[in-house]
Amino acid sequence: MLTKRIIPCLDIKDGRTVKGVNFEQLRDAGDPIELGALYASQGADELVFLDIAATVEKRKTLSELVNKIAHKINIPFTVGGGIKTEEDVSILLQNGADKISINTAAFLQPEIINRFAKNFGSQCVVLAIDTKLEADGNWYVYLNGGREKTTTLTMEWAKKAVDLGAGEILLTSMNHDGTKQGFALDITAALSSTLPVPIIASGGGGSAAHFYDVFTTGKADAALAASIFHYKEVAIPDLKKFLHQKGISIRI
Amino acid sequence: MKTVIIQYNAGNIQSVLYALDRVGVTAIVSDSIVDIQTADKVIFPGVGEASTAMQYLRERNLDEVIKSLKQPVLGICLGMQLLCSHSEENNTTCLGIFEEEVKHFESKDVAIKVPQMGWNTISGLQTDLFKGIAENSFTYCVHGYYATIGADTIATTNYIQNYSSALHKNNFYGVQFHPEKSAKLGEQIIQNFLSL
Repeated sequence: MLTKRIIPCLDIKDGRTVKGVNFEQLRDAGDPIELGALYASQGADELVFLDIAATVEKRKTLSELVNKIAHKINIPFTVGGGIKTEEDVSILLQNGADKISINTAAFLQPEIINRFAKNFGSQCVVLAIDTKLEADGNWYVYLNGGREKTTTLTMEWAKKAVDLGAGEILLTSMNHDGTKQGFALDITAALSSTLPVPIIASGGGGSAAHFYDVFTTGKADAALAASIFHYKEVAIPDLKKFLHQKGISIRI
Repeated sequence: MKTVIIQYNAGNIQSVLYALDRVGVTAIVSDSIVDIQTADKVIFPGVGEASTAMQYLRERNLDEVIKSLKQPVLGICLGMQLLCSHSEENNTTCLGIFEEEVKHFESKDVAIKVPQMGWNTISGLQTDLFKGIAENSFTYCVHGYYATIGADTIATTNYIQNYSSALHKNNFYGVQFHPEKSAKLGEQIIQNFLSL
């Protein structure tokens, strides 16, 4: 049976992990390769590396880092941040990334989803959506790391992106992100029940029970979190054991 | 030992090269007929679309070269599917090493996504390719098409229905999953293949 996936996310700036991490197993906690390899050995199902300060000048740094990650890590990984062109995608895939994630650039130029899917296959095109529940009861798409509101409904954008060839949706709820109070179950379930591609839920995971909720009520195919893993508030082996004991299909 | 990864118009070739590097094997990526024919082990990887891949192989006569190989050959994902008889993906005639056919997953339930993406178990394991590998071990899969079960099946997986997650005939082996992305277990399968 296909399992639900647990995905740690590592934010990268200038080739280093950004959020403070404290692992005694690691010689250098700021080294994304070491941290990624540790998560892989603990049972992470995939990894996401997000370049949060992506600029044209620093693209070479990122591609070199991706190459080192691909040599070291034996599970699939996604790379995101500042990807706009076929050349950007091609360089990352050639250096060993399994998937790329696009967000604002895809919203501003939806045709790139179609071009990336045609040239590289839908399976490697992850569409990231930052979404926020507004007072009118609707979930809207936000751009530029959540700084810019749009008037587009998240469901409408996700449907369009899947029609264009997005192979997976990484959905981050801005209302929940950082709260550690649980994932956004309703919008995650709405997308997962409507769209034919896997949905990765992100934002709000603070305990093992939250992951259980997002895989059951939230119908998510995968769940992503960052700081709870980095700060060892939830350990991946314990989380996976808990989910397995609760009857969730999980790789242990 | 000379290990050659067949270069063609499919993705994921670098990942296989890096996985071999992790198990201490230096391989070469080549579409040279001489390189492929003189290799001790040949890996035929790939993520992509069947008809354009077959067209590329035929244009370079690599289809006949692959069929005539006598050393151990391992097809991965699309590589395995191309070793089958026929693929529903754009109605493509494949290399015909394995008699099994490649069909598209038809999901009647929106909760069951196509392509299958993620970790699933392999069982009914046969041959030394799976030496030391426990039944129901997890492998990483990304595919919208699957090979039917038949005489060449040496492992099965269930997704929507049972399908062949590995095939074997003579010197040819194929795996639907990605050993290069299947953690330690995948590295063991790669080492098993290199020890055949």
